[in-house]
Amino acid sequence: MGRDAARGAVLAVYEGVVQDLIDELGRLPNIGPKSAQRIAFHLLQADPVDVRRLADVLVRVKETVRFCELCGNVASAARCRVCLDPRRDPTVLCVVEESKDVVAIERTREFRGRYHVLGGAISPIDGVGPDDLRIRELMTRLADGSVTELILATDPNLEGEATATYLARLVKPLTADGALRITRLASGLPVGGDLEYADEVTLGRAFEGRRSLDV
Amino acid sequence: MRLSHLSLVDFRSYAGLELALEAGVGVLVGPNGQGKTNVIEAIGYLANQGSHRVAQDAPLVRAGAERAVVRGAVRHEDRTAMIELEINPGRSNRARLNRAPVNRPRDVLGYLRTVLFAPEDLALVKGDPAERRRFLDELLVARAPRYAGVRADYERALKQRNALLKSASMMRRAARGGQVPDLSTLDVWDAHLAKAGAHLLAARLELLRALSPLADKAYGTIAGHPGAMLEYRPSCPLDPHVRDGGDTVGVAPAPDPMGRGRRREVDELEAALAVALSRSRAEEVERGVTLVGPHRDDVLFAIDHGGGALPAKTYASHGESWSFALAVKLASYDLLRSDGIEPVLLLDDVFAELDTARRTHLAAVAASAEQVLITAAVDADVPPELDGVRYRVAKGSVTRGDTVT
Repeated sequence: MGRDAARGAVLAVYEGVVQDLIDELGRLPNIGPKSAQRIAFHLLQADPVDVRRLADVLVRVKETVRFCELCGNVASAARCRVCLDPRRDPTVLCVVEESKDVVAIERTREFRGRYHVLGGAISPIDGVGPDDLRIRELMTRLADGSVTELILATDPNLEGEATATYLARLVKPLTADGALRITRLASGLPVGGDLEYADEVTLGRAFEGRRSLDV
Repeated sequence: MRLSHLSLVDFRSYAGLELALEAGVGVLVGPNGQGKTNVIEAIGYLANQGSHRVAQDAPLVRAGAERAVVRGAVRHEDRTAMIELEINPGRSNRARLNRAPVNRPRDVLGYLRTVLFAPEDLALVKGDPAERRRFLDELLVARAPRYAGVRADYERALKQRNALLKSASMMRRAARGGQVPDLSTLDVWDAHLAKAGAHLLAARLELLRALSPLADKAYGTIAGHPGAMLEYRPSCPLDPHVRDGGDTVGVAPAPDPMGRGRRREVDELEAALAVALSRSRAEEVERGVTLVGPHRDDVLFAIDHGGGALPAKTYASHGESWSFALAVKLASYDLLRSDGIEPVLLLDDVFAELDTARRTHLAAVAASAEQVLITAAVDADVPPELDGVRYRVAKGSVTRGDTVT
């Protein structure tokens, strides 16, 4: 209640274009009314050249950046860099929630297959169902049988797990003749960490996913 | 364990409070409305991250302030842990342990264990099932803090599933039953709900198996005759041999280093919940809400005077209800003690509510506690065997008085 009151107080103070700017900034993720106000006043006092450059890049990013028609990753052409790269293995497909997950996996330089970006995770609270994600496109990509392993790399939270379960059930008929393998990223202990600092859920998962040690 | 220091900022009536506490008996004495219960409530909040008086956090913050802070130094054996909670109504709380921020407030659960006796305890016997579920789950978390995570997982899955059911039921109504809404993801939520629910359920059943005999024993001491029973009442049928739980008596438990027996119980409960969810699906889609699972379960409090068990809620007299509530709380105190850590005992205005026999019994337990904090309007309300430090509470301040011996 206190927060709404604070928001109301901020809203009531300014008028016209300054208020429009604060409202627009406040719509951005993780920006509350106080931060929006601070950024707005920073922009008002900034050099016009700097503000123009920011405005230009905002317009340009919307005009030029597109989503890859194949995998849904951000791209500057019809297809993204990964999908255009002939050295990438087309038989392994890694399903992630967002483009930023592609960046995270690319940083490892471990994965040489291709991606499929869903655009989120199933979450009825937020009104996101399977039809709002790029699942139909995924099924189309799997239809020709060239993919032999599907890695489900959605987030290890409830919504990510639910999405992975949903996909696994949907794709299961394609695995009947052994032509497709479905895998899920392992979750467990962080590398370089101490066992005693792991929380119980993580430690429990690590026990579940324990494997034999070959020597 | 004991609380050696409590400090409050903008908590209820206290703009600021610094209070040093000692082992043994401490009595907060003062007229009504001066802030005695607020101190007890703050200590309870530090232990359980919930108030025994209100369901929402907003009333805990002093009028005009944005947030409240409760800080406590907990001494256990020869170590001291500093826990700090920042209460932000409407937003998530923040917590610190030994001055370092932790990821989630629930990471500081378990450092302070309390058992609180208050006039509100009568609701355990007379109130809604939600009161009994909350009691069980709080005790579960006090014994093993990881259940705070299990509870959070279950509640999250339940919220997601209810959101889906609600939108499905609205679509059905809009289409007058003609169009079937998209329920392709309901199976997935069923699976996740059954999994989290089974963990919670297994833990509650195990807890009740340990608690029930202790409650019967305590009831026998207070009321003069045994016959108190606690029985889990699930909202859907569980596997029969899981429900009876106790009939493994006499069978030597096999070595079970990876907890496989426990694992089997959880698996069976998960299967039972999955069946129950699929059976009630049609009605759930109609009504737009999840109707089976741990969030709809209850615990039956029953008294058997020899002529068969009768539900205490409808059959017990006022005095019997008090004895029952007291017995259940004493049982939870015994159970926590038997785990090897002495909880801090909090007695909020209870002596005035009890007759002589119950007062004497509770006073004997309190006198044996490592630390007990008691509120009373006047010194005369406190049984004479409870010597110790007196604190005068007046107008939102607490001053240390004499030690009564």
